[in-house]
Amino acid sequence: MKFTLQINSSPTAGQSGYYAYRFVCELITAGHQVSRIFFYREGIYHGYRYATPPDDELNFSRLWSALSQAHSIDLVICVSAAQRRGLLHPDEAQRQGKLDKDLADGFRISGLGQMIEASLLADRLIVFP
Amino acid sequence: MKKFLFIISKSASGVSVQEALDQIMSAAAFDQAVSLLFIDDGVFQIKKNQRPDELGLKATTAIFEALDVYDVNAFYVETESLEQSGLTVQDLCLPVKLLARNQIAGFIKQHECILPG
Repeated sequence: MKFTLQINSSPTAGQSGYYAYRFVCELITAGHQVSRIFFYREGIYHGYRYATPPDDELNFSRLWSALSQAHSIDLVICVSAAQRRGLLHPDEAQRQGKLDKDLADGFRISGLGQMIEASLLADRLIVFP
Repeated sequence: MKKFLFIISKSASGVSVQEALDQIMSAAAFDQAVSLLFIDDGVFQIKKNQRPDELGLKATTAIFEALDVYDVNAFYVETESLEQSGLTVQDLCLPVKLLARNQIAGFIKQHECILPG
């Protein structure tokens, strides 16, 4: 089956992000396809390159980057949610006179249409609130 | 076309409502069938005569009222939630259909993409 996920909570706000990650791992193991993960609302905090938790805690942006690379999963961060919270695509950061390159590897920034499109192509949409 | 259902269960809180509305309008812009279900404190989102500017919030009821422009006009409210909030349908800014609590599960099952509002 083909799955699309939407993640709405930040890595530090509770277990939801971790459940989402485990769910994706299990889907892949079971032979399902995860075409796109859409990070919305506080979920955009999964995509910060420089998140630096202590070594004995999970580093979500690294986990997602590795998963994306290994299984060609499209990690899309909502542009409007991201800009509200200070996560800019390098091009947009430059346009606004900001220097940082905050987006982690494997993530891209795009619009809500990407989420709707992925929902239409998937057999199941699963939201992690 | 898929049937989208947005379940709005919390009262207004700035960005959260705006982000729900953005997603509702995106689904509508893709010509999908979009319904909204208001439960629990979510019914307060569509209460008439709000004064959001006093709390530094946007006037989001105007956006709810404008959803008809996007062909979003299937609005549902859970009867028990409305009673608990002390409101009646006359207090709401949208023309809603009422659903009893024991109809909600069956109603949700009629939809393919279910999202929190």
